[in-house]
Amino acid sequence: MDYLVLLGIVIVIVGFALKLDSILIIFAAAIVTALVGGIGIDGFLTTLGTSFVSNRSMAVFIIILLVVGTLERNGLKDAAAALIGKAKNATPGIIIALYGVMRVVFAAFNVSFGGVAGFVRPIIMPMAIGAIEASGHEPKDEYVEELKGMASGMENVAWFFGQMLFVGTAGALLVQSTLKPLGYDVDLLRMALIELPVAIIAVVVTAVYYILKDHRLRAKYYGAASASANVKEA
Amino acid sequence: MSFFMDPSVTIGTKILEVFYIVMGLMVIYTGVRNLKDKTNPSRYGTCMFWGLLGVVIAFGRWIPAMIDGVLIVLMVIPAILQRVKKGESAGPSKDESERNFKKIGMKIFIPALAIGVCAIIGALFTQIGALAGCSIGVIVSAIILMAFNHANKPLVFLNDSERLLSAMGPLSMLPMLLASLGAIFTAAGVGDVISKLVGGLIPKGNVVIGIIVFAIGMMLFTMVMGNAFAAITVLTVGIGAPFVLAFGADPAVVGVLSLTCGYCGTLLTPMAANFNIVPVALLEMKDRMGVIKNQVVTALVMIVVQIIYMLIAS
Repeated sequence: MDYLVLLGIVIVIVGFALKLDSILIIFAAAIVTALVGGIGIDGFLTTLGTSFVSNRSMAVFIIILLVVGTLERNGLKDAAAALIGKAKNATPGIIIALYGVMRVVFAAFNVSFGGVAGFVRPIIMPMAIGAIEASGHEPKDEYVEELKGMASGMENVAWFFGQMLFVGTAGALLVQSTLKPLGYDVDLLRMALIELPVAIIAVVVTAVYYILKDHRLRAKYYGAASASANVKEA
Repeated sequence: MSFFMDPSVTIGTKILEVFYIVMGLMVIYTGVRNLKDKTNPSRYGTCMFWGLLGVVIAFGRWIPAMIDGVLIVLMVIPAILQRVKKGESAGPSKDESERNFKKIGMKIFIPALAIGVCAIIGALFTQIGALAGCSIGVIVSAIILMAFNHANKPLVFLNDSERLLSAMGPLSMLPMLLASLGAIFTAAGVGDVISKLVGGLIPKGNVVIGIIVFAIGMMLFTMVMGNAFAAITVLTVGIGAPFVLAFGADPAVVGVLSLTCGYCGTLLTPMAANFNIVPVALLEMKDRMGVIKNQVVTALVMIVVQIIYMLIAS
């Protein structure tokens, strides 16, 4: 009998797995849980209102938006492109690794340059392909395909773990809001500090792995001599 | 007004409340601007969503909780019916940002980093806290931008933020709605039922096994659901609180690291289409799993690293 109250959880898991509308899933689960769990429509509305208003800290991204668009208008992305463009004579693997380092540092300040659509595609990939050509080789499709995968992977890893270092990030605020009704108070700055070693390890592991993988791929496609020559150049 | 005069309310809370009013007005402005936007295919639904959201953010504290609940239910109706859209507003042209970059140069990083710096200062050196510090940082950043370029008038900031908020749409509210769902789970006693159910599988009081199950559970649930935020709402109530936190583990360590264990799941699943499948299309890759394959090593290393970290630190 008690177990009926788990129906809401089933709705969330199945609903997300089936890719139904996220907000519809949340409300279906909330209403079903409230009715089966005996808190009723009144309790549902009151809990929803109280919780939403006390979780407005998670809306702090709205005030940040006040400058995000205008920063881009004033050349933030161009400045980031100029910064990474200073990596001359680097191999594709090192360009992607450096992008990861830059991305995680700025992510810690909640600064983004446009992700795959806005930065990896127009700036990082042309730099990586340019690096292949600069070393006197033809960019082979299979190799470029792997570089695209690595550049997107670096983007995801650096952004996921890096944004946890920003003190007002949505993830940490959600942890705080989820723990509060359970009776635990957690501090935002402390959570950011806890994530610091995690973010550093994640980016370093990924960067080293991609540099090694790129080294192996260049040896495979362009011969062992070219792989080591390029590394020396960098 | 009595709220702002109340000496028992901290100054940080009062500052933040002022910023909630500013945010609410920004959101209401988004609603009104979309209502007047002839290029928006669903002007009324869009205005209803942002308008009600703005009212709850700006004035929710002074509205009875039950009425807030009613306003939120009304707000999500156009979102569920897919009636919240955006118009055809153009962002800054490549020309304009290039021209501004020539003028401002690398100094543009100063206002960009100012927000994060102010958040840290607010948390470390003042009584106001990280979020009020962050909000003040936005004002600092805006003032620096105005000093750099006189074309940055207040209306430019307002319209740029409206464009971004309209583009983000109702899904930007997902974390807040998930947090409310978590509160309803807790109020309805979902955690108690799960802890009874899972109690047979996880020995009570064994924090080590509890942490391992919670961490791997977060990764697997995120892979199935495609969303670590949704997974943590369910699993914290069901496993994190009754099997790990109840036995004295550090809630900040376990709470935040379990979320990033979920991110390891995000790296591994095509369900997280925005991160793993959309880039395949954007970069014109041939292998649909080409991004995920390059993330497997990182995800597996990081889940092990984080489990060890949780066991040591909590």
